[in-house]
Amino acid sequence: MEAVFKRPESLTDIPTHFCPGCHHGIIHRLVAECIDEFGIREKIIGVASVGCSVFLYDYFLIDVLEAPHGRAPAVATGVKRANPNAFVFTYQGDGDLAAIGTSEIIHAANRGEKLTVIFVNNTVFGMTGGQMAPTTLPDQETTTTPYGRDVETAGFPIRMAEIMERLDGTKFVARTAVNTPKNIIKSKKILRRAFEVQLNNEGFAFVEFLSSCPTNWKMNAQKANQRIQDVMIPYFPLNIFKGALN
Amino acid sequence: MTDIELVKGNESIAMGAIEAGCRFYFGYPITPQNDIPEYMSRHLPKCGGVFIQAESEIASINMLMGAGATGARAMTSSSSPGISLKQEGISYMCGSQIPGVIVNMSRSGPGLGGISPSQGDYFQATRGGGHGDYRTIVLAPSSVQENYDLTMHAFDLADKYRNPVIILGDALLGNIKEPLRRHKYIPKTFEKNWILTGAQGRSPRRLKSLYLSEGELTEHNWMLHRNYQEMTKEILYETQWMDDAKLVVVAFGSVARIIKTSVSMAREQGMAVGLFRPITLYPFPYKQLLDISETIHHFMAVELNTGQMVEDVKLSVGHRKNRVDFYGRPPGSIPSPDELFEEIQKVYCLP
Amino acid sequence: MAKIEINTERCKGCGLCVTVCSQKRLFIGETINRSGYTVVQQTDDSDTCTGCAFCAQICPDVVFTVYK
Repeated sequence: MEAVFKRPESLTDIPTHFCPGCHHGIIHRLVAECIDEFGIREKIIGVASVGCSVFLYDYFLIDVLEAPHGRAPAVATGVKRANPNAFVFTYQGDGDLAAIGTSEIIHAANRGEKLTVIFVNNTVFGMTGGQMAPTTLPDQETTTTPYGRDVETAGFPIRMAEIMERLDGTKFVARTAVNTPKNIIKSKKILRRAFEVQLNNEGFAFVEFLSSCPTNWKMNAQKANQRIQDVMIPYFPLNIFKGALN
Repeated sequence: MTDIELVKGNESIAMGAIEAGCRFYFGYPITPQNDIPEYMSRHLPKCGGVFIQAESEIASINMLMGAGATGARAMTSSSSPGISLKQEGISYMCGSQIPGVIVNMSRSGPGLGGISPSQGDYFQATRGGGHGDYRTIVLAPSSVQENYDLTMHAFDLADKYRNPVIILGDALLGNIKEPLRRHKYIPKTFEKNWILTGAQGRSPRRLKSLYLSEGELTEHNWMLHRNYQEMTKEILYETQWMDDAKLVVVAFGSVARIIKTSVSMAREQGMAVGLFRPITLYPFPYKQLLDISETIHHFMAVELNTGQMVEDVKLSVGHRKNRVDFYGRPPGSIPSPDELFEEIQKVYCLP
Repeated sequence: MAKIEINTERCKGCGLCVTVCSQKRLFIGETINRSGYTVVQQTDDSDTCTGCAFCAQICPDVVFTVYK
């Protein structure tokens, strides 16, 4: 018998700090698998954002530059423009990308920067302890919406993939989830395409991953995965909004 | 390369940058520095460089950080309010030890203020306007030639110390036109074993400023601190008429230009006045001023603000038998040589 | 024939693998790893494993190696 599934080589051995059941771990694996499969580990400069995923440099065997909160797309623009042969990706949470970093992501996308953006949407600020994020759903309780998000005063959840799709500068835009094996396998194909779009110099690729946050949702991992299916996907539909898997 | 051209101050900065090998510029429109992005947008593409007009000054400092992390020579420029927006990025670049050149053609503040010359950003530049213990080398040109020369020098210092370097000019130094003699940049080699290129044939590198385990950031800060102290080797200043001076006027940048006329007016009236012009505002020439106070005990700081550099003058010579006077002209109007001559006269004969 | 190996030291006991194993041969038992998590375990009948790797797919900590 031979191994049909094993740990990707681009992941380090350092155990992750993510909470049990947190989807960052799954997404990290998918990214590492893409790096291995395209054979580009030695060509990558990753740009880490500020949030639970900031420790990119501990978990991947790649060069990493740590960006200020929300600014990864601008930092990545500088990196890619200075070294077009490098494969440059950002890995950002919803607080980082859709709150403080909206200007940077919109303009990097609109310039059609040859970047791959991995956007993890778990509807809360994770690392800081579960505050409302731009993607917090109506009536969702967080530590700063203790009575549930009131859209009258706190506005509506932002659908980033749809916004990215509207910008002419983007080449590939998709939203996916990793809450079921089926969705994970589909996510892998989508992520591979998002890598390919940059490797073929086609343009800007954006993948939004719906992700669980068991600790801050105050649920176990299984209920959190169920919440993605029942509550998040209806509001954030899974789709390839622009481009195709080919 | 040796002929003399009549060049605008802002453009001389862009020329110096390109000559020094800057191939990446990220900027945003704000008066009075617009000639810089405009010049870069015309000339960088011609030499294989990249010009980006970013969506904000925040984005442009972060693009600078990204380009600098790969070892490329990169620059951004702005003016006071825009420089305020860049402070977080500057702090991150210092924390991650990423070189880059940042040009502030200051304008009058605070707030929207005005677009006239100002030295009101002295503290922000020399003490750091961002969070945390960090410093940036700050070079203060006083002419179009110095705009050119110091910008070129800034790129060497940024690479040498792996730290951002600020050119602190203002609206006057950006808008005047003066003769400029351009000259060839002499390339130097700098240690580049830290740049991010993709971990080919080596273990991965990281550039970051986050250090969470006990004591790690303390050590990191001491290392940065030692680097800031090393920078004192780069002190630059100019003195004039010091031999017989009884009063030394201390001024930098645009005020130093104006006050040279005032001092020569004073000397024509037999007043023994000398001039001390700091060119590096950080590292500030404390020791050099102190040495002067062995023989001269009367100093006068003159600035286009309500008193910032004067504090450094006092830190250096403001004790025992020395007297430190100050004349400040808050930005929003430009003092004439005559006005400053009168201010010199007022303090000259004081004990 | 297929089998899985579990690096229980990396397991955080989230239980997601248990929910997706079609053969119902995974469970969170009493065993605790160095980090203090109760870890996933396999039932003895290893021949019922189909090698579908759903456990490995959904594991956020990449603890499974699957052989076929």
